Amino acid sequence: MSSVSTAPKTDAPKHPKSMLWIVGVVLLAAVPFAVPSLQLLVTFALAKGLAVVGVTVLLRAGQVSFGHALFFGIAAYACAFLMAAIPGADLALLLLVGTLGALLAGLCVGLFVVRYRGIFFGMLNLAFSMIFWSILEKFYHITGGADGIRLPRPTVLGMALERGPFELILYYLAIVLMVVLGWVTIRWFASPVGQIFQTIKTNETRLEYLGVSPRRALLSGYLLSALLCGVGGVLMGVAQGAVTPEYVWWVRSAEMVFIAVLGGAGSVRGAFLGALIYEIVRTYASAYAGDIWQMLLGAFLLIIILFAPGGLIGIFGSLAGRAVKEDAK
Amino acid sequence: MNVTIFLLALFDGVSYAALVFIVALGLTLIFGVMRILNVAHGSLYAIGAYATVSLTGFALSMGAAPILAFPLMLISAVLVGLLIGGPIEVLLLRRIYNKPEVLQLLVTFAVFMILEDVQRLVWGTQPYFQSAVLQSLGNITVLGVTYTVYQLILLPLVAVALLLGLRFFLRHTLNGKLILATTEDREAAQSIGIDADRVFLLTFIVGAILAGLGGALASPTTSILPGMGADMIVLSFAVVATAGLGQIEGAALTALMIGLGRSFAIYFWPEIAVLVPYLIMVLVLLVRPEGLFGSPAARKI
Amino acid sequence: MTTPLLETRNLTITFGGVIAANDVSLKIEAGRNLAIIGPNGAGKTTFLNICTGWIKPRKGQVLFQGEDVTALPPRKIVQRGVARAFQIPQLFTEHTALENLLIAAAARDGMRNPLIDLHDTPARDEMLHLLEMVNCADVAHRLVVELSEGQRKLIDIAVALALKPRLLLMDEPTSGVASSEKDGIMEILITALAEAKVTSVFVEHDMGIVQKYADEVAVWNAGNVQLRGAPAEILEHPDVIRDVIGEVA
Repeated sequence: MSSVSTAPKTDAPKHPKSMLWIVGVVLLAAVPFAVPSLQLLVTFALAKGLAVVGVTVLLRAGQVSFGHALFFGIAAYACAFLMAAIPGADLALLLLVGTLGALLAGLCVGLFVVRYRGIFFGMLNLAFSMIFWSILEKFYHITGGADGIRLPRPTVLGMALERGPFELILYYLAIVLMVVLGWVTIRWFASPVGQIFQTIKTNETRLEYLGVSPRRALLSGYLLSALLCGVGGVLMGVAQGAVTPEYVWWVRSAEMVFIAVLGGAGSVRGAFLGALIYEIVRTYASAYAGDIWQMLLGAFLLIIILFAPGGLIGIFGSLAGRAVKEDAK
Repeated sequence: MNVTIFLLALFDGVSYAALVFIVALGLTLIFGVMRILNVAHGSLYAIGAYATVSLTGFALSMGAAPILAFPLMLISAVLVGLLIGGPIEVLLLRRIYNKPEVLQLLVTFAVFMILEDVQRLVWGTQPYFQSAVLQSLGNITVLGVTYTVYQLILLPLVAVALLLGLRFFLRHTLNGKLILATTEDREAAQSIGIDADRVFLLTFIVGAILAGLGGALASPTTSILPGMGADMIVLSFAVVATAGLGQIEGAALTALMIGLGRSFAIYFWPEIAVLVPYLIMVLVLLVRPEGLFGSPAARKI
Repeated sequence: MTTPLLETRNLTITFGGVIAANDVSLKIEAGRNLAIIGPNGAGKTTFLNICTGWIKPRKGQVLFQGEDVTALPPRKIVQRGVARAFQIPQLFTEHTALENLLIAAAARDGMRNPLIDLHDTPARDEMLHLLEMVNCADVAHRLVVELSEGQRKLIDIAVALALKPRLLLMDEPTSGVASSEKDGIMEILITALAEAKVTSVFVEHDMGIVQKYADEVAVWNAGNVQLRGAPAEILEHPDVIRDVIGEVA
């Protein structure tokens, strides 16, 4: 799962692949002009992709959370409440407040769940997201209940924009956030703090005997994961213009775990690739397979776990690896 | 506090706790023996309920007496155990016993996702309600509060009978002793000739039957609709985790605690009623991370 | 009189009726390598576990450099200068040998910068040197799961040494290692300890090793230290020959 962290530092075969990723980002940047109909879809996919990276972070420590939609939803609701309190608030402020909200929630929940691993970690996260979901549904005079709340369009750096330009800006903001936060996460994985975090997966006894608190190490990654989910939640809420309890529903969390495993458990690039493919397939397949969508996801998840544990990124890697070898001939 | 309301809350809590306990019993049994948390357990509960409603509805339309619903509940539960539980163990779980816990969790979660849609495909999204059997046993009046015999007497009786029965089964029958031996040390059990595969299959089917039975027994008391499986898995996990994973008798007590906590909240602070089970769980786990009756597992180094 | 490096006072613990430590009072002076010998199940590993805070004694105290550390968790005791090597090596199995050491050094130095690569941390040369010292430089970039048990034991000890401890507690450093390699490992180890000025306590079953490399021997039996002294005198004591050496042989 952590092929990135354990691979020896051989840069040579990496270049063709990182070129491919750059081409991928450039292609994405061209979408609004080339295929405008995909623009909003890709915005949603990238918002989800950021949250999936959050789940991916935890997978690197060998932990799975079935409740990370919690932070996605908290950030989105924080934005909606902020817009209600300060009409015409700025997008930058929303991003800041939403992310801070997710971080704060991550700290509260994190301080509790980092005492647990495996089954308890996964299920307690699920429990917390269900608690928040119930609150959203029950306290409808504040939260709007199942209908949710509107999230009106914010200003961008002080400018009130029409829908078209606003969505375009949001689209490029999503790409920038993907590149920047993706890069930071990859660097973090390779850094001492990130490496210590990942040893949770293999040997906590040794970690304790290095003088490190495993709980604190796990908390560092948990906060990063909450932050990533929060940024994704802000983007999604602003892009959709409304937030509903569905944002924190367990199906959302399951979707994130699904995409993380689909993309290649532990891979940041795979998370975005997985989110893009997932969102496109879902949009076009829902017309035919809306009733059995979860069933398809579940079946696909089983197939990946049992037969292709490397996920998309593993398949992509072996294809790219083959291409590189053929180039070398 | 008004005595009537107090009694109503008490009775609600007890009957609810009995149902949750039956489901949680299956969950904790499977975990205790196989070290696997079956996330799909909630779906088996829901399918048990759906199956009972369908079978009972069919029987009633054929002119059968409502009392016939009882054997049908049992049949539904056994069908759930054999036709769904059995294949899950044989086809999926058997492949992953040596895999990391996270992968096992993902696999049962995937099964859960699949079964949630299966329910929707078979039974649609309209709620079902089939309470004929609820009235067939009549009512009982305690201190001026009238309650159904089914909920106040039958459900707790079944729960207690299952608890005692399972204890007896594990400690005093051959199959039960084989299960306990396998739980203690799988390799040692295999080395003295115990067929661990069979033991695991048996355990999983019994656990699945308990989930189905919980659903079957719950079906007359609640409307049956999509999402009930998701609620139940989290709730029964809360019961089991509060007691300590694998603690059978403890689960009975925590089910009662959580059931009563929830029902009293419904009467006195309804907004937070759904939260009460989780609040209890979080509070207990804050003080005792291994659950009320679990013992901390010190790693050997 | 100087404060002993590590001191235990009246340590007592039982597991389900079996006494693993019974009123153990022991002083460990700096600069001497102490071997603990004794029959299996006598509580030697438990003693190391208590000294490092992994399990708490029912009664008694552990003092490190005069400070009471009984109630502290292992990491706090490690931070004060006690490192531990294990009977079964405790390593990060998805990391290479060098990375295991780099992570230890990062933990020691409190590296917090999230954007620096683990491989670019300042301790890299020091850790490569440490790998050389334990004769594992050639496997620096191999995953530790791929290494032999002997190499893993050495890396486990190197990880402990990477913390620059004052005191190193080792649980059977040469168990699971081919007998032809044992002397080699101990040579490397004792040299490395002397070079880093680390005091060591090691549990050992091989009397040849004890005789050769320990400055002092403590005989552990039935949850307490029965005898203590120089290797030559202890290993010839009739009680020791009967109770300990006889059983091992």
